[in-house]
Amino acid sequence: MMVIAELKDVTKAYGNKIVVDAVNLQIREGEILALLGPNGSGKTTILKILAFIENPTGGEVKFQGKAVNFKNTEKERMQSTLVFQKTTLFGTSVYNNIAYGLKIRKVPKETRDREVKKALEIVKLEGFEKRNATKLSGGEQQRVAIARALVLKTKLLLLDEPTANLDPKNVGILEDVIDTVNRENKTTIVMATHNMFQAKKLPHRIALMDEGKITEIGAPAEVFGKLSKNLARFAAVDNTFTGTAKATASGTSKVDVGNGVQIEVTSQKQGTAAVFVNPQDIILSKTAVESSARNVFKGKITEISDLDSLVKLKIDVGKTFTVQITKQSFNEMGLCLNAEVFITFKASSVQVL
Amino acid sequence: MADILGGIVEAFQLIFTGDPEILGIVSRSLLFSGTAVILAILWGTPLAMLIAMKEFRGKTVIKTFLNTLIGLPTVVLGLILFLIISRGGPIGFLGLLYTPAAIMIGQAILVTPILVSIGVSAIESVDPEIMSLSKTLGASESQAQVAVLKEAASGIILSDIASFNRAIGELGVVLLVGGNIVGVGNRTDVLTTAISRNVQIGEIGLAVALGILLVIILFTINIIVAVLRKANYIVELAKAPYFRLKRYRETKQ
Repeated sequence: MMVIAELKDVTKAYGNKIVVDAVNLQIREGEILALLGPNGSGKTTILKILAFIENPTGGEVKFQGKAVNFKNTEKERMQSTLVFQKTTLFGTSVYNNIAYGLKIRKVPKETRDREVKKALEIVKLEGFEKRNATKLSGGEQQRVAIARALVLKTKLLLLDEPTANLDPKNVGILEDVIDTVNRENKTTIVMATHNMFQAKKLPHRIALMDEGKITEIGAPAEVFGKLSKNLARFAAVDNTFTGTAKATASGTSKVDVGNGVQIEVTSQKQGTAAVFVNPQDIILSKTAVESSARNVFKGKITEISDLDSLVKLKIDVGKTFTVQITKQSFNEMGLCLNAEVFITFKASSVQVL
Repeated sequence: MADILGGIVEAFQLIFTGDPEILGIVSRSLLFSGTAVILAILWGTPLAMLIAMKEFRGKTVIKTFLNTLIGLPTVVLGLILFLIISRGGPIGFLGLLYTPAAIMIGQAILVTPILVSIGVSAIESVDPEIMSLSKTLGASESQAQVAVLKEAASGIILSDIASFNRAIGELGVVLLVGGNIVGVGNRTDVLTTAISRNVQIGEIGLAVALGILLVIILFTINIIVAVLRKANYIVELAKAPYFRLKRYRETKQ
């Protein structure tokens, strides 16, 4: 597999603060790589270094086999583009926004018009050329920003939390776009995210980041399978709880995570413990189900978000759990906000960290 | 009271008959102040970009100094310039004193602090990400700076207009280095100095007429700019048929 970009012992410090700490990372041609980590873990800085708009303090960056000289990155910048987390647009028309990079590349007007039109079609904003970009809705603005990057057909496309702060409909559109561009144009994509679902669904590989370091890297199943201790530190990670564990007479343990919620786990554990329940392992029902599962809690639906074919629900049972079910189940069950529901999961599906 | 009313009546007569004396004064005012502002833009805009975009020590001191200079009495600036360009001054040999050139340079220096000050805050108020954004889309350092400048355009235009307003309505510098010369040859009397002279010699009607014209000029220019800024899309609209025609011709070939 070809490596398109490589970070070797890359460090970035602002004054005394080290934000990227001796990171080694290879980005393979044609892959989608997700950087997953809490805020401030260094994801954005790595993306900026890969976009060649931020100089590393130490280490080496290679792009397409050549070491990058950060004193002059004009050539490399033509091949790598970053879409910022905070949507930034030029205060002009949608057309001028998207055509900006093409004008810089001296693309003739005819081609420019065609490419802008195509890019707008991809992000489902056909006919928006003459609209004032800054007057669009947040989701539309982010889609313009993506189109502006896509139109350049760079080797490397970097996305910083592309779907944060977007409504589910726009998230769906953007995820489709990312997937399509990767498959059809073979664009290598590196995206930062703290959305676990996105990290599981889109990328070929995930790199877990914490405090400026990459702590784990591999295929999603692999990384999620062996949940390392770092994961518990992610504030943004759903269904991670900490509490005190006590062994029970039957050979299991109960972890008291507060607010009267005690989670039963299969391992024998005493003292402080962190537990994680995969949202997909939780069964949602309108009445208490009789089963062998050891953990049953009653609660209320506090949040519903649409993730394409899936629906993500937040259930408050004293502690808030995230549950993921298919859209079909969601519709058939006729669920709504504040509805009373039960969540059920096996002691063996709780991972003790 | 009768004087004032008589003055106003006379003023309108002079304005509507297109008195050549008045036309001359007005066009000199426009020419001198316009040139002065263009001069100030030439050196003030790069200076504003430098102060706003670069990080250096003493930046706050420079900004404070510029803001203070805005309030500098024009008579004091006029006096300093007079001492520099008068025959015994450091550049007295250039013979600039009491020439139109002296007025233009004097006004340009006078408006520079306003131009730079407003320009700096306009550029600084642009989203700092615009620079990085332009670069990640492929722009070079200078292209990225142009992109920032474009985002600051309305503030920059405001600084230019404020400078022009200040220049055309200014008296002290013009009086001291321009000399308010009437008669043949290089006349240096402009709206403000002519008003002052005509009041002194009892030509109230002429003074009022010039005063009215000065205010009209200020209003007109500000209105034109406001309309132009709004009407940008009308310009775009007007361009559309031309481009369509051009494309049609190109496809025919």
